[in-house]
Amino acid sequence: MSETIISVHNLGKRYRIGAQQPLYYRTLRDQLNDKALAPFRIARHLLVRNGKNSDNGNGNGHRSVNGNHTRASRRAETIWALKDVSFDVSRGEVIGVVGRNGAGKSTLLKILSRITEPTQGYADITGRIASLLEVGTGFHPELTGRENIFLNGSILGMRRAEIQRKFDEIVEFAEIEKFIDTAVKYYSSGMYTRLAFSVAAHLEPEILLVDEVLAVGDAAFQKKCLGKMGDVAREGRTVLFVSHNMAAVQRLCAHSLWIEEGRIKAYGNTNAIVDDYLSTSTATAPADRWVNLDHANRVGSGGVRFKALKYSVPDAETDTAMSSEPLEVSLEVTSDCDRTVGSVAMTICDHHGTRLINADTLSFGKSVRLTEGSNNLRLTLDKLHLNPGTYMLGLWIADPIAGPFDYIDAACRIEVCKPPQNGIGQTPDDEGLIPCSFHLTAG
Amino acid sequence: MSSVVSNAAYPARIARATVGQTMRIAPSRGWVSLKLGELWEYRELLYFLMWRDIKVRYKQTVLGAAWAIIQPVFTMIVFSLFFGQLGKMPSDGIPYPIFSFAALVPWTFFANGLSQSSNSLVGSSNLITKVYFPRLVVPLSAVLSGVVDFALSFVVLLGMMFFFGIVPTVNFLWLPLLFLLAFIASLGVGLWFSALNVEFRDVRYLITFVTQLWLFATPIAYPSSMLPEPWRTLYGLNPMAGVVEGFRWALLGTNTAPGAIIAVSSTVAVIVLITGAFYFRRMERTFADVV
Repeated sequence: MSETIISVHNLGKRYRIGAQQPLYYRTLRDQLNDKALAPFRIARHLLVRNGKNSDNGNGNGHRSVNGNHTRASRRAETIWALKDVSFDVSRGEVIGVVGRNGAGKSTLLKILSRITEPTQGYADITGRIASLLEVGTGFHPELTGRENIFLNGSILGMRRAEIQRKFDEIVEFAEIEKFIDTAVKYYSSGMYTRLAFSVAAHLEPEILLVDEVLAVGDAAFQKKCLGKMGDVAREGRTVLFVSHNMAAVQRLCAHSLWIEEGRIKAYGNTNAIVDDYLSTSTATAPADRWVNLDHANRVGSGGVRFKALKYSVPDAETDTAMSSEPLEVSLEVTSDCDRTVGSVAMTICDHHGTRLINADTLSFGKSVRLTEGSNNLRLTLDKLHLNPGTYMLGLWIADPIAGPFDYIDAACRIEVCKPPQNGIGQTPDDEGLIPCSFHLTAG
Repeated sequence: MSSVVSNAAYPARIARATVGQTMRIAPSRGWVSLKLGELWEYRELLYFLMWRDIKVRYKQTVLGAAWAIIQPVFTMIVFSLFFGQLGKMPSDGIPYPIFSFAALVPWTFFANGLSQSSNSLVGSSNLITKVYFPRLVVPLSAVLSGVVDFALSFVVLLGMMFFFGIVPTVNFLWLPLLFLLAFIASLGVGLWFSALNVEFRDVRYLITFVTQLWLFATPIAYPSSMLPEPWRTLYGLNPMAGVVEGFRWALLGTNTAPGAIIAVSSTVAVIVLITGAFYFRRMERTFADVV
């Protein structure tokens, strides 16, 4: 019914691992050495050529030894960030691209947007393509908002006339009318992000590649951005949307592409893929959605097991947890017999793995009764004292004497957002480690 | 290498897609076309980057655009004192200050353009790793943004000519072409250096050093007429020798017709530009990965 607009065939990208180390650039001396040795290498290559003409066919991963030793060892220090990736996208489709960090999602977008070349394979693209791998690319702090709109717009591929036409719309969307002639270095980070996203949101390519740029700004603005993305999709444009926000992927994309270790793990219906993906517990789980824990990494004797968890903010309709609001976590627990357990706990760690919260029923000194089969428990944090960001939830159920039945240190990743504010609240640039509620009175 | 197999099957070409056309993204190999047509399509970006450079250059400086003049003027003063007054350097019968300043104006444009463009790619790494556009835009805009500084110091040069009572000859009309030659030389060397700089940061240190030596290898503090033929013509192998002598001839009416030097300089500059552009395009495919 619809024509293919992106067609990817066996796409692969190989990186030298050395390129990711701090002193990544080779010095001229290395290169001169290399060049100076080249004649010897060629001579040697010619000499051994007849001897070893074996595996040059499909030498991915295993290195083919031809001639020089340093060449061979250098080749061994490469990784395939993307390998044998093939898929087609039809016009007007909105495809979610999911996968853990470093799986190759961004590399894929970078190749499709021509920022970097593939090492093998090819992709055919029909139509004007624009990529949004970062908001505010090329923003200059010394220039005003107005000037940056033009600069950033032209960097993203808009024509000057096009920017002029959409200028008012961009400013209005960003809600920065008053500061349009102020240098952006005086902007708060929120204003900066809003302006940057607003420019990008007014791009009108036939194909749009978006990388994790919606995870910016406060909750209200994120919602607005998602709405804008939805509009883009409805206008019949083709979008590839990389995100860790599963709720957003599910809302926007009918189909998804799951990339794992540089290869396609699955491509198809978003709901099925998101369910599978969430069960690997590396994604940010949306609120109000059961996350299956069958495949989670766990330790423990196993008499009691966590089956699934769901988190939500009581009395709020939201995709994420909210800073300084309560957090309710529902747990489905199976037990192989009727028993009481001394300790049910939930931990929350930051992205460094530092444990910030350990809500352990052990401290109550009361045991929890479980019946054979399935049990439902609900653990509520009265107030979530966490700044906006992503955190890892962990679960623990144990008997103080017998030891842990089940311990999952990374059950699911949650996102914490700022609750919508009345009035023009702003986040200070140097936020404290822990949010608190406070008020100011006179006298 | 497995990629050799697949590359052979798919011709190395990335074409610019316009509406309805299909563009193939595939590995490219060896020397590739300059794609000047695409560069033309991105002329607005070129304009905005140039405009940004100009706009930002003297922001938050006390003296502002005066800096564009200070550099050549002070060099002129130092040269006049040491070479002119103390060294009694010959100056083709022209007052030494204006003799050296007429050379310093195009030289400053060349040297600044060279260092700006050489560092331009590394300085724009945030753009290069996030957005696609013809990378040639970056060093090109870096050199072009020097035009404003050139214009400012050129006004000072005209003022000095008035002060010394020098009336330009009809040869004045050659100036745009001579300026173009300086531009070509600056961009040509800048393309080589900027592409090399992405992979070898040694270049950054090399540039300062090279421009310093190049200043003295160019007949700025002294006239090229100090050399006998054929050495004088061979001097044109340094493209800036042709530019500098050309500027003096066109503006100050030195009677040492520099035709031969300029011919040699132009040839060299064009060769450097073309090879630089191809080398740049060849290295371009790894910029985003290495920068």
